[in-house]
Amino acid sequence: MWPIVVIALNTFRENLRDKILYNLLFFALLLIAASVLLGNLTIAEQNKIMTDMGLAVINLVGVLLAIFVGIGLVSKELDRRTIYTIMARPLSRVQFILGKYVGLTLTLMVNLSIMLVGFLAALWINRAPIHAALLQAIGLVFIELLLVTALALMFSTFSSSTLSAMMTLGLYVIGHLTADLKGIAEKTNSEGIKAVMTGLYYLCPNLEMLNMKGQAAAGLTVAPSYLLIASAYGLLYAALAITIACVIFQRRDF
Amino acid sequence: MDAVRVEGLTKQFRSGWLGHATVTALDGLSLSVRKGEIYGFLGPNGAGKTTTFKILLGLMRPTGGRAEILGRPAGDVEVRARVGFLPEAPYFYDYLTAEEFLTFYGQLAGLAKAEVAKRVERLLEMVGLTEARHRQLRKLSRGMLQRVGLAQALIHDPELVLLDEPMSGLDPGGRIQIRNIILGLRDQGKTVFFSSHIIPDVEMICDRVGIVVRGKLVASGRVEELIKPGHTQSIEVICQGIKADDIPAIRSLASRIVQRERNCLMILPGVERLDDLLGMIKAHGGTLVAVTPYKGSLEELFLQQASESDRKV
Repeated sequence: MWPIVVIALNTFRENLRDKILYNLLFFALLLIAASVLLGNLTIAEQNKIMTDMGLAVINLVGVLLAIFVGIGLVSKELDRRTIYTIMARPLSRVQFILGKYVGLTLTLMVNLSIMLVGFLAALWINRAPIHAALLQAIGLVFIELLLVTALALMFSTFSSSTLSAMMTLGLYVIGHLTADLKGIAEKTNSEGIKAVMTGLYYLCPNLEMLNMKGQAAAGLTVAPSYLLIASAYGLLYAALAITIACVIFQRRDF
Repeated sequence: MDAVRVEGLTKQFRSGWLGHATVTALDGLSLSVRKGEIYGFLGPNGAGKTTTFKILLGLMRPTGGRAEILGRPAGDVEVRARVGFLPEAPYFYDYLTAEEFLTFYGQLAGLAKAEVAKRVERLLEMVGLTEARHRQLRKLSRGMLQRVGLAQALIHDPELVLLDEPMSGLDPGGRIQIRNIILGLRDQGKTVFFSSHIIPDVEMICDRVGIVVRGKLVASGRVEELIKPGHTQSIEVICQGIKADDIPAIRSLASRIVQRERNCLMILPGVERLDDLLGMIKAHGGTLVAVTPYKGSLEELFLQQASESDRKV
């Protein structure tokens, strides 16, 4: 357990000293501020636009961070050959992967918290209502980030950084379109397309399950049971991706 | 007891588009490093030195053969708590300071907080980096990084230290410092297994050496055993009163003749014809000034083994 904590804290420190974190954070706070302006420019549904855009920005910045830092978690260690001295220490490869993952999770948590504070402050300044649905949506965004990070980590254990980024981004986009995949599979006459779409539907994570931003902007809360099921789904999928990452990493030569 | 034991170790890498071709990095390598000794692992680039270290530490799996480290199979996680490793041309975390870096590795080795602080202090002093402790690693010179790397390998006071080319890229001062640290480790009873292609360093500090060429151990033993008399010995003879260049019989014996004013220096390739040469000097009215035998160097042996191996391919 101890090596996981040491690796996680070092990864967290590495992320904190990386400029990408501050650039993205600055970008996010700027966009949150812009959402206030945009809200003020519209005549109706001022609060809904502000909330909608704020949540979208938090989600986007979180995903960008998860992907672009996530793909470098392992590949950077391999490229810089720091893995030689790390794996020469008394820790297993699984502990290393878990430590890296926990480290980035910590970073995402801090990053998300800062963006959330900025977002809530913007809402409060504009006297917009702050309701529980917002926190529910942010909670599910965090679960989505955990899942995307796990996917980025999994891809980076066997492919280059660029390829990992492309595959994770691709899976993220498809993950939000799984309902459409099912729709195409049901409507098509081609057996081949039907098989491919059905396969993709079951293989790709259903990220729309974790998307409550629309309801939250309208102030609609979801049932706790749904939150629980959606979270369990996201976490299980992330656990599966990390398990695959560990299996691949175990077999690698450095 | 052996600190490192390697038997018939082979490692093949797949290459080519479909991975159908193989490259052999280790070809049945066998060697042993005894506890408490400094063992020098000599070989040209690409001979398999780094691959051997990687297999011993579990960074790589062998294709065949056996490797043991401190009595445990290579790659054993627990045994790594007793082993220190400095890779070749190490790259470390740029964003950490020297002190943070060593603390991180101390924690990874499972040392308690107070112990880590004490060891970091001591090692920074030992490698002469106390002043640079708060500097980020990306701001350190190549030589300083090498020293931080060595401190990292020793942070948990390991029984066995594996050093891959620890002297490469260092200036003469840095090399002397690393050499002294390695000798100090032996005095503390540690085992040092280090690779190098800088032969004088190996010759000077190693108890035993192994020469690896194309993944095979071609020579192993104490330096003085390997360079045994008669093996590559040459004799330097200095005399006065003759011009050796003008005497055909001497010219045919000596591999080299240098005439400097009154002195004439002749080099014989071995001891076998020394009596003949001395007789000729006397017969031509010369006076013998000095006879100096020269032992062959480890470098000569190394080059000889490497070229023999090349010829066999």
